[in-house]
Amino acid sequence: MGMTITEKILAAHAGLERAEPGDLINAKVDIALGNDITAPIAIKQFHESGAKKVYDKTRVILVPDHFVPNKDIQSAMQAKMLRDFAYEQELTYFFDAGEMGVEHALLPEKGLVLPGDVVIGADSHTCTYGGLGAFATGIGSTDLAAAMITGEIWLKVPETVKFVYKGKLRNWVEGKDLILYTIGNIGVDGALYKAMEFTGPVIESLGMAGRLTMANMAIEAGAKNGIIAPDKITEKYVSSRAARKYSFYKSDKDAHYAEIIEYDVSDIEPQVACPHLPENTKGVSQVGDIRIDQAVIGSCTNGRIEDLRSAAAVIKGKKAAKGVRLIVIPATPHIYRTALKEGLFEIFLDAGAIISPPTCGPCLGGHMGILAKGECAISTTNRNFVGRMGHPESEVYLSNPAVAAASAVLGKIGDPADVV
Amino acid sequence: MKITGNVWKFGNDVDTDLIIPARYLNTSDPAELAKHCMEDADPGFAGKVGKGDIIVGGKNFGCGSSREHAPIAIKAAGVSCVIAGSFARIFYRNAFNMGLPILECDKADELKTGDQVSVDFDRGEIVLLSSKKSYSSKAIPPFMQELVQSGGLMKYIAKRIQ
Repeated sequence: MGMTITEKILAAHAGLERAEPGDLINAKVDIALGNDITAPIAIKQFHESGAKKVYDKTRVILVPDHFVPNKDIQSAMQAKMLRDFAYEQELTYFFDAGEMGVEHALLPEKGLVLPGDVVIGADSHTCTYGGLGAFATGIGSTDLAAAMITGEIWLKVPETVKFVYKGKLRNWVEGKDLILYTIGNIGVDGALYKAMEFTGPVIESLGMAGRLTMANMAIEAGAKNGIIAPDKITEKYVSSRAARKYSFYKSDKDAHYAEIIEYDVSDIEPQVACPHLPENTKGVSQVGDIRIDQAVIGSCTNGRIEDLRSAAAVIKGKKAAKGVRLIVIPATPHIYRTALKEGLFEIFLDAGAIISPPTCGPCLGGHMGILAKGECAISTTNRNFVGRMGHPESEVYLSNPAVAAASAVLGKIGDPADVV
Repeated sequence: MKITGNVWKFGNDVDTDLIIPARYLNTSDPAELAKHCMEDADPGFAGKVGKGDIIVGGKNFGCGSSREHAPIAIKAAGVSCVIAGSFARIFYRNAFNMGLPILECDKADELKTGDQVSVDFDRGEIVLLSSKKSYSSKAIPPFMQELVQSGGLMKYIAKRIQ
């Protein structure tokens, strides 16, 4: 019997001919990643273990992006722990100050994570890199500490669920809507412990930004990883960025899947996930009259240049409604500079937006846009849990960037088609 | 390994922001995190929970972030074990790595706050003391129990190296 792309990558990294669901394997790690919240615990454990050197200074990457620029003294101490460790270990890739971007937007942009890789990161959205055709999964700080020392991680090979997307996407329907629709269909534990393999003609014509967005939210369905077979679009994206070799894997025709789910997505409208779970999705026309106090456009899910272009296309020549705080967060310095050059900042500033430096910031209720009691936000981020963006009695609705921009203009959740 | 404790019951999909909100993630100090354990699910939890108590949840406990602060907060609050219908995979791994034992039990929903239960990790047996009703779960294998008793993965590894 054939193998899935996930099984092939894992087998190759464990020196095995085959890897089957349920097998426990010890895999070589291509990239091990930590941020300013998770790496401090890993660094402490690294030192307590008596380890002297990381396994490869070019493959352990630290990105202080969550509470940076430092929001308070304790956050500054955590970021400093990363800085000190990076200098002590002479890490090649430590992204500080003006080089820092939201980790899962930054690493693909820099060509540091590549097709065929095994990437582990102490951040649940590490699964983003599956959009490039890598096996990528989130782990905790302890697993990161062990991987920084050994360059290996034990993993259970997951079963794979194959998703097939057919049809033609309507205007303003993007990768974000496909993944929200999918999570709405299978639930927040619908792919628990499993691999989600996104396939079909719609995926084959989806750009890299949309693919990264889809893989990014696989964790929101409980998945171990999300993955898309690399193709010409992938090749075009990675060939000019990669500094090392990469491999394209694809699933065999006779690979075994735990389940195959097909969607005709021709009729779906832009999706909105209502509080307090990403599975509470509805078409934007079905959401009802929801006034908003804040609109956030950014994050590892939707902070790429394509996302800013989409939001700008909606908001061009218009203003955010009175009382709506529109916050735009380009995810990396490169995206920031590109948006500036393309005139997108002009459009956002004319609309009354606040443009933030790259940071995870408000997505996790860290800083740069915290909600007060009773406030409501629409956000292009990935989670709408209780208290996620601030006060436990605030609310977050998730959407794509065009819907967030349209909602900012309308002062309530609405369809970009009604604004443009 | 066997424990007895009082149950604190929560629902389905208890996420890591409920277990330890991100506003407290500017530290990894267990004592500090414990003060805010389960705060957005039950604001008074940290003041009520007693040493050795047991958290019971429904399906998909610990979904969301990879923050190891979640099992750290639960363990430092004095909780001896978490029982749930199912666990999110990163939380599952993090809990054992931190030395917090967790058990999957599809009948966990029947338990309620205030129940007293005993848990036998060798046999994977949970007993409701008032009625003596027994619930089954997968036993925790000896090496995983040793990992828990050592205080987590890194201490377990350190012990084995010595």
